Amino acid sequence: MEAVETLVSTPEETQCYHCGSDIPPGSSFYTRINNEDKRMCCPGCQAVAQTIVAGGLDSFYRHRGNDLSPTTTDLIELESLTKELALYDSREIQQDFVHNLDTEQPSATLVIEGISCAACVWLLENHINKQPGVVKFSVNLTNHRAQLSWQSSEVKLSTLLAEIIRIGYKAHPYHPDKEEQLLAKESKRSIIRLGVAGIGSMQAMMFAAAIYAAEIAGTGMDEKYVLLMRWASMVVSTPVILYASWPFLKNAIRDIKARHLTMDIPVSIAIWGGYFASIWATVFNTGEIYFESVTMFAFFLLIGRFMEMKARQRTGRAGNALLNLIPASALRINEQGEEELVSATALQPGDRIRIKPGQTIPADGVIVRGFSSIDESALTGEYMPLSKKVDDKVVGGTINIENPIDLEVTEVGEKSRISSIVRLLERAQSEKPYVARVADHVARYFVGATLIVATCVFTAWYFIDPSKAFWVTLAVLVVTCPCALSLATPTALTAATGTLRQRGLLITRGHVLESFSKATHIIFDKTGTLTEGRLAIQETYPLNGTSPADALMWGAALEALSEHPIGRAFIPWYCFSAESIENSVGMGIQGEINGVRYRIGTPSYVMELSGQAIPEMPDQQRQWILLGNEKSPLAWFALDDQIRRETRQAIRELKALGLSIEILTGDTSPAVQRIAEKLDIDVINSGMSPEQKLARIETLQAEGKQTIMVGDGINDIPVLVGAQTSVSMGAATDLAKTNADAVLTNNNLQTLAESIRMARKTRTIIKENLGLSLAYNVIALPAAAMGLVPPYIAAIGMTASSLLVTGNAMRLTRKPRELKTNLAEAPKKPANINAGT
Amino acid sequence: MEIVIILIPIALILTGLAFWAFFWSVNSGQFDDLDSPAHSILYDDDEDMIPDDAKVDKKDIKHNHD
Repeated sequence: MEAVETLVSTPEETQCYHCGSDIPPGSSFYTRINNEDKRMCCPGCQAVAQTIVAGGLDSFYRHRGNDLSPTTTDLIELESLTKELALYDSREIQQDFVHNLDTEQPSATLVIEGISCAACVWLLENHINKQPGVVKFSVNLTNHRAQLSWQSSEVKLSTLLAEIIRIGYKAHPYHPDKEEQLLAKESKRSIIRLGVAGIGSMQAMMFAAAIYAAEIAGTGMDEKYVLLMRWASMVVSTPVILYASWPFLKNAIRDIKARHLTMDIPVSIAIWGGYFASIWATVFNTGEIYFESVTMFAFFLLIGRFMEMKARQRTGRAGNALLNLIPASALRINEQGEEELVSATALQPGDRIRIKPGQTIPADGVIVRGFSSIDESALTGEYMPLSKKVDDKVVGGTINIENPIDLEVTEVGEKSRISSIVRLLERAQSEKPYVARVADHVARYFVGATLIVATCVFTAWYFIDPSKAFWVTLAVLVVTCPCALSLATPTALTAATGTLRQRGLLITRGHVLESFSKATHIIFDKTGTLTEGRLAIQETYPLNGTSPADALMWGAALEALSEHPIGRAFIPWYCFSAESIENSVGMGIQGEINGVRYRIGTPSYVMELSGQAIPEMPDQQRQWILLGNEKSPLAWFALDDQIRRETRQAIRELKALGLSIEILTGDTSPAVQRIAEKLDIDVINSGMSPEQKLARIETLQAEGKQTIMVGDGINDIPVLVGAQTSVSMGAATDLAKTNADAVLTNNNLQTLAESIRMARKTRTIIKENLGLSLAYNVIALPAAAMGLVPPYIAAIGMTASSLLVTGNAMRLTRKPRELKTNLAEAPKKPANINAGT
Repeated sequence: MEIVIILIPIALILTGLAFWAFFWSVNSGQFDDLDSPAHSILYDDDEDMIPDDAKVDKKDIKHNHD
């Protein structure tokens, strides 16, 4: 622990101690943590770290381990946010999400963004509970929800929300939708079911052990005691069967009605058949009882289902992604021409609203005044903003970059474009091809075989010894009870899902592992997937003897105030800001450095200043921008989207696994060709609209190819949903993430190759498990049919086979050797965090 | 062996109590978050409660490790 700390705080550290972002050269932000000065990347992180230290919560940095905190851009905007947060104090808005609004102690549920580990929960709880007026604040790590109750007379809700921002997180009020409430109820119920089955089966096993012990010792037990034990087992098993195992019977009945044979049918026959026959045996004091076998069986199966459910629920907050995309407030311009801050939900079509630079647009509309560039990356994934002028349409959820604009609202809420994308994909989702589970294939034969064998056994014994026929048949049903068989697949899938989650792939749909193992084609979106999705300066080409370092520094000084992606590319070289900066939309920026005017931007705009001829561009392939001053041009900068560091290795590994690789992109520029050449990808489909992308995937799938689509933007969503298996990047928009079948949470494409290897291994293990459990049944069945299996052997056999398949599945959680070597290299570069989420 | 006649009903009553306690704990939200409580025990926020003479200088530990 100590050793790690010293390692991180070496003087030449290049990453922010708080959030792990790269520190721009020349900047100097420090915070004193645990008596050592730690470097910070920006004033935001510095302020957050200072708040944490001032609150005496600096042990947060020790607890969080390798998890890094979210980036803290919002802190700088805290001033303007405070105004917006004040909206949450108004009664009208609180009505929607605050409970006990009229009492002294209201409470609310919040969604917290930016939680990555248990230390975040500790920090949040400690910081907020210290605030005056807070009655209780507790954060749930699993679903990132917080429960807050406060004294309305002492503190305002907005103050507490601001406090959460001050330590680097974001909080939104949370309105649970119906589906989510049902989900929470269901999860509570399944925990209760599991507990009931656990307590009941242990008790039944205790009574059974006493009966068996007497039987095996041969001494026997007095009739009345045996009877007492039997009745007692019946009492403890009844809640297990009637309550905890109810879902199995319900599913079995549903499947029989749908004429679809599933594993639930033999499971139900065994559980309920065994239970009722044992009641019969108890009440009339004849034959054998199987209470402990059937309850144990129910318990094992419920454990399996519970693990599966938990793995599923980790996927997070599906329904509320839209909520976060649209801002909560808007600046409306009333009839007197004054600005007023209103809740975004109060907007009506026809309203005039003003959007300042850097703000998210709250509704669809048409520009009525001003011109600016709009960042539509949330919608399209492309990082270059589009210029928009009067009469152009803008979409809610996109971001205004350069100048203030006035809009006339055309569509709000349900009708707005982002909402219609949500609806579109709800429809597409329901059409997703159903991938049958392996176990269900087996189940079909299994049910038939069991029933036929049971009938044959009953008939045979009816002629040999009618008094034994029923009990032998029951033994056959219990012994062949497909416990191991129905655990074989889910345990392996759950183990693999859990392991992959730790390594950076979050699986959100059940079929992913199966389709991963069968995949033949893997299709990548370009921007943000193969590449970083942001501009970087690739090359500096100095003119007239300028030094490249000076050119970069001047460029950075001019771009200092720019929110434009080109401006962000210069951040690493920032030393000082230029004076009297003027911005010409779509052209460039002008500013004064040491009294000399400089311009950066398009060649014609820059050369206007010195009046000279435009110098020759170094090449035509890349996007070049020019820097110049009053006298002469100074340098060309080549801007391009960087290929992710690990992409090349990942593509090589995927090819080695025998997959065909394709690029599917909306981009038409020569950059696509160049990236494909660099990565050695042969099939490129460029300039594709979302419809064409979908059509391409459908063609491949119609040819019988098994496809995986990897993408990140909202415009990729239709194709993500249409593809058999879809993977989104961790830095993708929420909407894309919630609609992909899997999310690469560490943004590392190499994890994809690892996941495919893992999926193949999982498939092998499932096959082994199915083989093992079938082998058990094949051995046990003849013995049971011959009447050689007493109930305690049945119970042991059933348990042993279940544990065997579970143990086999657990092999998937072991770390492969190559991962360990990766870990050894890893600690120095914690760069793969979800920046921006 | 007669004692069993009393013990078994007692066992059943205790089982009933266990069921009740379990229902109560689930319904009062104790099983809502199964992830973070596992970590919370590791957070030593009791530093101000440790007497000064019992504190070990961190730098010493570092040297010992190196």
